[in-house]
Formats: sequence, structure tokens, C-alpha cells
Amino acid sequence: MISLLRTMGLTFLHMFRKRETIQYPEEKVVLHPRWRGRIVLTRDPDMGERCVGCYLCAAACPVDCISLQATEDENGRRYPEFFRINFSRCIFCGYCEEACPTYAIQLIPDFEMAEYNRQNLVYEKEDLLINSEGKYPGYNYYKVAGLSAGIKGKGEGDNEEPPVDVHSLLP
Amino acid sequence: MAHINIDKKSYEAKEGKNLLETCLTLGFNLPYFCWHPAMGSVGACRQCAVKLFKDENDTQGRLVMACMESIRDGMFLSVDDPVAKAFRSQNIEWLMTNHPHDCAVCDEGGSCHLQDMTVMTGHAYRRFEFKKRTYKNQYLGPFINHEMNRCIQCYRCVRFYKDYAGGKDLDVFGAHNHVYFGRESDGVLENEFSGNLAEICPTGVFTDKTLKDHYTRKWDMTMAPSICQHCSVGCNVIAGERYGKLRQITSRFNSEVNGYFICDRGRFGYEFVNSITRVQQPLIRREMVGFDEKRNLYDNLKTFFGNQNIIGIGSPRASLEANFALRQLVGEEHFYQGISENQAGLLRIILETLNSGKIHTPSLKEMEQADAVLILGEDPTNAAPRIALALRQAVRRKPLEHAQQIKIPAWHDAALREFIQEENGDMFIAFPIETKLDELSTDTIFSSPEEIARFGFAITSYLTNDVSKPEGCDETMMKRAQHIAEIFKNAEHPLIISGTSLCHEGIIRAACNIALALRLHKETASLSMIVPECNSMGLAMMQAPALDKAFERAEQGKVNAAIILENDLYTRNSKTAVDNFFDSCQHVMVLDHLHHATTSRASLLIPVSTFAEGDGTMVSNEGRAQRFFQVFMPKNENIRESWLWLDEFKQFKNGVNPQKLNESANLIEELVKAMQQFKGAETVSPPSDFRINGQKIPREPHRYSGRTAMLANVAVSEPKPPQDEDSPLSFTMEGYRGIPPAPLIPFFWSPGWNSVQSINKYQIEVGGPLHGGDPGKRLFTEEKISNLDFWEMPAQDFSPAAGEVEIVPLTHIFGSEVLSVYSAAIAERAPRPYLMIGEKDAGDFDVAEHALLRVKIQNQSFDLPVRIKKELQPGLVAIPFNLPSMTGIGWPAKGTLSKIKP
Ligand code: SF4
Ligand code: SF4
Ligand code: SF4
Ligand code: SF4
Ligand code: FES
Repeated sequence: MISLLRTMGLTFLHMFRKRETIQYPEEKVVLHPRWRGRIVLTRDPDMGERCVGCYLCAAACPVDCISLQATEDENGRRYPEFFRINFSRCIFCGYCEEACPTYAIQLIPDFEMAEYNRQNLVYEKEDLLINSEGKYPGYNYYKVAGLSAGIKGKGEGDNEEPPVDVHSLLP
Repeated sequence: MAHINIDKKSYEAKEGKNLLETCLTLGFNLPYFCWHPAMGSVGACRQCAVKLFKDENDTQGRLVMACMESIRDGMFLSVDDPVAKAFRSQNIEWLMTNHPHDCAVCDEGGSCHLQDMTVMTGHAYRRFEFKKRTYKNQYLGPFINHEMNRCIQCYRCVRFYKDYAGGKDLDVFGAHNHVYFGRESDGVLENEFSGNLAEICPTGVFTDKTLKDHYTRKWDMTMAPSICQHCSVGCNVIAGERYGKLRQITSRFNSEVNGYFICDRGRFGYEFVNSITRVQQPLIRREMVGFDEKRNLYDNLKTFFGNQNIIGIGSPRASLEANFALRQLVGEEHFYQGISENQAGLLRIILETLNSGKIHTPSLKEMEQADAVLILGEDPTNAAPRIALALRQAVRRKPLEHAQQIKIPAWHDAALREFIQEENGDMFIAFPIETKLDELSTDTIFSSPEEIARFGFAITSYLTNDVSKPEGCDETMMKRAQHIAEIFKNAEHPLIISGTSLCHEGIIRAACNIALALRLHKETASLSMIVPECNSMGLAMMQAPALDKAFERAEQGKVNAAIILENDLYTRNSKTAVDNFFDSCQHVMVLDHLHHATTSRASLLIPVSTFAEGDGTMVSNEGRAQRFFQVFMPKNENIRESWLWLDEFKQFKNGVNPQKLNESANLIEELVKAMQQFKGAETVSPPSDFRINGQKIPREPHRYSGRTAMLANVAVSEPKPPQDEDSPLSFTMEGYRGIPPAPLIPFFWSPGWNSVQSINKYQIEVGGPLHGGDPGKRLFTEEKISNLDFWEMPAQDFSPAAGEVEIVPLTHIFGSEVLSVYSAAIAERAPRPYLMIGEKDAGDFDVAEHALLRVKIQNQSFDLPVRIKKELQPGLVAIPFNLPSMTGIGWPAKGTLSKIKP
């Protein structure tokens, strides 16, 4: 009996607390930068596509909702020919972002993706690619990779010696 | 058996093996780079360190390289020793100081031995703060991509390419930590086995360039055990698919057949499957009486099967199932082999000899053990490349025996090479021109096919008195023949290689005779016959009449309609003869997957699956029945297996209920019932209802990605995965995860071992047979069943008349095989048409190298640039066999040469 009254009392007191619910959509939710929402593909500092089509995000995805095909431009720079995320399957776990060696794929603070038609939740590269470096500015994978793909020549990378002269016997 | 003690546990090990092999066989995960089971040890990479103790009381021990230690009884060692572990991890760290940050764009990634070993040793963070060494890359041709930065200096590439495969144009250059693995300058890698570099190299320095064009990681491919379609050896391969396109062929280990290696035709010839010249839908041509393209296929099929006298023409590149289904459909007496009478005749002789029980047909593994080899009128490098690689190992056998005498262990590759130097065992070659194996031969005879045959008979005459000396052989030839006969009498494992490339009956008979005569001197005599195509042997075993017989019948007006199975008849006979045949048929149905000259004559063209889209069984030149499995379900529903179509057509012909379709396995059982010679073919793979713990075997690795997205652009709800009724394999990633029976291995993978090196885990002992025995079943009997005596010299001599020349067909590894030539990379390597002519004839015609000469063969004229070959005999000219622009020739052929008036 006492506990019953106490419960009712507590509930009554809550009426004077600050309200937790907000008047969405009139009022917007405050989201943190690391919030895991809609997935985007970012660009590198030169505004080239960051994604190198390595398939690691697809492999890391626990629901297998990422599918892509890598291709190459005339310089040998890899990029995705198509890149598709089926958001009707995505669980926003962020594993793809964790797996990505180039910071290309990022989860951003946006969850407003509701659709009447499920088919519209299938995003292609055109829908995913944004004109920004996203959360990790300044990184260009091809500058640190050994591959020469039109970004830098052999041995011109940040951490590289000039190419070996095979004909030289000098130490 | 020796007893050894590893980490305080006792194990049994084979003496004579090295410690690394033994540890791997025992299941230890010991990292290594430079050692390879087929190539032995050199101790170059320092990765396989273990601690070796003097005895059980020794606590200090010393680090040794496991690959450089022989197994001795009572050895004490530790794999898990902290010092050894630290050493291995530091070694990787050293290797990694210069390794580029490339995994994301490296085609090796996901099947990289270096990745695997790095993870295995636990090296994770880079401490080295200085700059990385870099290299410039080279252009290496259409097959192989070069990215030299990734090299870890294990020397496997040059050891395979130069030492194992006999390549001349890949080497190591430079000094100290600047060594460079590549060519002397940019250029096409010439060796026929260059593709194996992609598997041999433990890193991404050498990778498959055709895969790069449509790159897919290993874990993303749907894979199935398959059989190479591009020559008669029947190498086992793994074929991988993604998004409806075939992406890659890799070698599938089979210790009896191809071992670890396949040739470049087999590895890069797959792209015909993705070709734009594929037949995509049934085609109905109106010009044929009674046909109407507006009506549907089934009505037109009714019209077709309303014909009387329908004949079926089989194919040596179609499976046993497909050929048998056609035979069942048209009836035994209307079924013809789709090959010329000449070829059929050669195959009859070959089959009768190999099946007599007197002769042993060696597997490739046995060929590597031969100590005397005779190649009679054949060029294995071009006609059956993997055999040439085996022969390169065979010539080392004798020198290896010498090395054993001074107790160099069999695995110690560096010491063996040092000891052997250029020493070679006995190999003799007879061919009209120089071949690549000549560099290894003791004696080479350049002759016309007739003379090669006579030479073969001469050798036989020195082995038995039942065969008389042939007439017309000069003194020196007889001497050489006698010399060879003597060597073969004394050899322990003599091997005769011959084949159908020169289309010459005398050569085949001579080769059979030599082997039969050797039987009088030895327990076994090995004879390997190279036949033209992947299922030539299987088709020949069906013993149907040849194409020429069908042509004769059509000439008599006794053919109303013909069904042609996966065959371009214009590659089989002269253009005139084939044209006449088509003109005399009312209706022609062609079932094939690629458009070619024959499909353009079809009134009804039915699209069928390639080896990648269907199941089937084939018989290799060794008489080995082997099954290939469907890799993927084609998106295009019109594309179905030939045998499925043909089986279904029975409803039009005999009114059999179409619901009762036969699956491939049942067809094989029926085939065996109908033809006893195929007994055993039904056992080459577990039946379609085979399950392990109730589960199918998945074609996809467990990390297969994109399942819920790859088709989402079409429809967001995932369709039900395709079902495979014909085999125990499934088209999904769900199913049994352990090691499946050997014929059903879709890919090699083991925890921690993502690269091809995981094969270790599938073998009974490293480098040995697969668990449960290697796949395939030999159909030739070893029991003596016939009284086959010696073959006689063919009566009619095929010598050209005055003014004529004899035309020798030269098979080319790239270009002569009809399917692979549809692959862009192979086509790039195919030779331009040419006319090869001897020095004397060139002088008589007064032509220089590259000048054009006109050759008229069977009503066709070809204007070809001249190549002068000094060893080619007068009266002989050679042209490339079966290049796409040079078909329509009936072999053997004669022709006339004329100069082109300017
Ligand atoms: S992991 Fe990153 S770079 Fe790799 S495919 Fe995915 S988005 Fe592209
Ligand atoms: S060779 Fe292996 S470790 Fe090196 S970049 Fe390629 S995948 Fe990565
Ligand atoms: S290229 Fe490959 S195989 Fe050759 S030494 Fe380097 S890592 Fe080894
Ligand atoms: S040797 Fe013949 S069967 Fe083997 S891979 Fe080459 S073409 Fe294919
Ligand atoms: S594998 Fe033993 S040293 Fe390389």
C-alpha cells in the first residue's frame, strides 16, 4: 500500500521535471559528430574520390549490405565503378568506417532517411558521394601508398626514397 | 620413420624430409616464404626459424632455419620457444620496413601470404621511422602486372621462372638491399608458365593482369572446382565468378595431374566466357523452309524434329554428358564424332594401344620421374604445355640421382642446382622444326612427318625383330635410331611422347610401336599421347563414325537435318566440304556458346552454357575422367547446359515427358550402362545428394560480401539463391566449412591461411596427395586384355606431287585453341599468320623474310608473310594451325605456292 502511494507520488513529481521528449520534426535533435547515421563517401583534399575500391567495408559489413566494383582510371588510380548500400538492411554499426583504410566511408549525424518505398533506400554512388572530406580532413591515401596512380611518381611520397638505380653497385 | 620431439611432445616424421615440411604436415603454423613444396629450400628468407636442442637436457638450444634441417631420429626442437617466436616476428618487421602501404589497392590482398605470415607472427605496429625503398615497375605483357615495391626478396619468382620453368627473361638484378626482380628491360614475359608467378610470389609484386581489369577479392568470388578446357591434359583449376562474370582461373592442386602449376593458356584463356560474341538467345532464321521467326521457339523446334533423318554431330570440346545426350536424342546410328576422319583414325589407333593393357599411360607426376624421354613428332610446349613443364623436371631426374649418391638431401634446392649445373638426362626429339624443349635434348631430328614416322619404325626395329627396318632411312638416321633404342633399353622409366598435332598416322603408329616393343624389355612402358582437345579422348571412346562419314551420307541425300553440338565444323574439314554439307541439309540446329562460322549457317541456334555455367565430365589424354562443376548460374535464362536442352528435345522427338529431365549424374550412369568402356566415370565425384552433416558445400567463402546489396538495384527484396540440383555444392556461403572431399574443393582456405599456401592443410602430407585421394578416375585398363601386336607402317605415303608442297600444321599455345583465342590477353599473344619455309625453298622461290607468298590449299588461297627456317626440309612448308583467320583446311594438307605479282 505504501509502495503504491510512493510510486504514484514519484510519477506525480515528474510532471514538474524538464521534458525529455522534443517536438520533432519542428524541433531538431542535437547529434554528436560521431553519431552513426547515414553513410557517405567522402573526397580527398584534392577533391578526388577517396574510395579506392578495396572491398574492406563490404567484407566488414555484418549484414552484407555494401556492394561495389573497383575499376581504374588511365593512371591506374582505383575507384569504385559502382558503390551501392542497401540502407534497408544497414544496421549503422559503423564497422565499414572502422575497416576503411582511406577514411572514404563515414557515418554522419543524420538519420532522416525514411521512405515510403523500400526500394528508395538503395543508395548508389551518386547518392553517397559528397563534396567534402568529412570528419578526417587532410588525408590522401595515394600520397602514402607505394602505388603510383597519377598523384605522385615513384619515390615521391612523404615517406619514400627515390627509386633504386638497379645498375648501381654503390651501397 | 623417425621420432622427433616438438615442444615436449613426441611425433612421428618421415626421414629425408626437411623440418619445415614436417612441421607443416604435423599441423604447426610455422611461417615461411622462400620454401615451396615443389621447389625445395634455399634458406633465403630466414622466416622459418625454430629452436633446436642438442638433447632433452639442453635448455639453451640454438636457432635454426627449419627448411634447412633434415629430419633425424630423436630431434628435440621447439616452435613455440619465445626466442624463436621473437626472431620470426622481428624478421617480418625487417621485411616490412620497406613494404609499401598498399594492401587496399593490392590485388594480392585477402589472399596474401605476406599478410597471413605477418598476422601469424604478431607484428602489428611500425616502429621504423625512416624512409621506404622504392622501385620503378616494368611492363610485362598482357598477363602479369608488376609492382616491385612490394618485394620481400624471397627469390621464389626467379627460382620458379628460370630454374623450374626454363624461362630466360626474368632475373634478379642489382646488389645488396637494392635487388630487383624483373626483366632486363620492359617487355612481354615469354615463358608459357608466367602466370604461375601470381601464385608463387608470396606478395603482390606479380599479379594476374586479367583479374585486375575486373578486380574482385578472393573472398568475394563464387568458386567451383573445374577442369581446364584448353587442351587435353585436363589440369584441375578453380574458376571464380562475381556479378555474373568469370573473374579468375587459378590452379587447383592435384598431385597426379597438374600439381601446383598450370600454363598461361589455361589461366588466361577463360575470358571467352565473358565474350561479347556469346550467343545470348535462341536464333531462328527464316530462310529455312518451314521456319518462322515470329512463331515461338517451341513451334519451330516441332518443325525441326518433324524431319526424317536427323543426324547429330558431337564435339571434342563438349562434355561426355552433352555428347551422350545428343547420341540418345538422335540414336546411335545417327551420331557422328565432330572430327575429321584423319583425326578419328589417329584416335582409334591411340585408344586401341592405350587400352590394350600392354601400355602404361603416365600421369604428369609419373612423367616427372622418367629418365629417358622420346618426343616423336609433337611439340608439347604448344600442344599440351603442362606436359612440357613436367618434362623439364624429368630431365633432371638422372642428375638428381647422382646428387643423391653424394648425399645431398632431395629438398636442398640450392645445393642440388649447384651440383647439377647444366647436366641433363636423356631426351630425344623429332619434329620438323626447332621446338622450345630442344635446349634440353640430347639429340634432335628435324624431319618431315614421313621421315619422323620412319625414324620411329627404325627405333622399333632395334627393339624387336618383329618390326622390320623401314626403307628409305639413311645410314646416319639408323645410327641415331639404334643409339636411342639402346638408351631406352637401359632406362628405368622410359617415356614416349607423341600426339596428333602433325595429323600423321605413321607417327602415331611408330610411337605406339616403340612403347609396345619396349614392353618386351621392361615391366612397364609409358606412352603419353597428346590429343587435340579437352574431351577428344572421351569423344573417341564413344566410337562413333567421323564427320567425313556424315558428309558422305549428306551427299547421298540421306540427311534432312543436322544437330551440331558445340563445334565449328570449319575448323575440322575443308571449307568446300563443310559448305557442301550445309547446302545439302534442310535444317541445321547448332548448340553453342560462341558465334563462329558454323553458327552463321544455323537455321536454329541454341545458346548453351560454357564450362563455367554448367556441369560435365571429360576424359583427359591420360584417360582420366574428371568432373567440372558449375561455377555460377547465368542471369540469362536462355543459357542452359547442352545436355539439358538435348534431353528436353526428346519430348519433340519421342514424346517423352519433359518433366522427367535427367540430371548430369544420372546421364553419366546411363552412359556407363550404354558403354562399358566408361565404367568408373560415374565415381569421379560424390553424387548430387551427397551431404556432410546434412549440409552442402558452399561455393562462397564465409566472408563473401554484398549478399543483400548486389541485386538491390533490381529489386530490394533479395531473391532466393539459385539452387543446384546437379551437385553437392551450393551457390551460397552457407554449408559445411571443413575440408570437403577432394573432387569438391571449391577453393583453398584455412584459418590464418588465406592465400593459396593453405593447400598445405588439404594434403595428407605437404606436397603430397589431397585428403581422400586426388580427384579423377583413370579409365584405361592396366590389365592385359588384347593381343595387340605391332602396327604396320601406313601403306599410302602422303608425299606431295610435283609442284606441290606438304603443309605442316604448327600448333601454337596462344592462337590455335578455339576458345582461349576469344580472350583478349591470349589473342594479343597469338602469332600473326605466316608461312614458314626452308632455306632452299626460299631460295628457289626467291623470297626474303616477310615477303608475301600465296599458298593455295584445298580451293582456298592465303597470302602469307614468309618466315625462313633453316631446319625445315625442302618440300615442306609450315603454317600456324587453326588461327581464327586460317580455318577451313582439312588436314593433312598439301598445297601449291606461288609468288604474288606486284
Ligand atoms: S573500405 Fe573504404 S576504400 Fe575500401 S571500398 Fe570501402 S569505402 Fe572504399
Ligand atoms: S603484398 Fe600483401 S601485404 Fe603487401 S601490400 Fe599486397 S596485400 Fe598487402
Ligand atoms: S618478386 Fe615476389 S617471389 Fe620474387 S623475390 Fe619478390 S616477393 Fe619473392
Ligand atoms: S596444360 Fe592444357 S589443361 Fe593444363 S592449363 Fe594448360 S591448356 Fe589447360
Ligand atoms: S622458408 Fe626457411 S628460410 Fe625461407
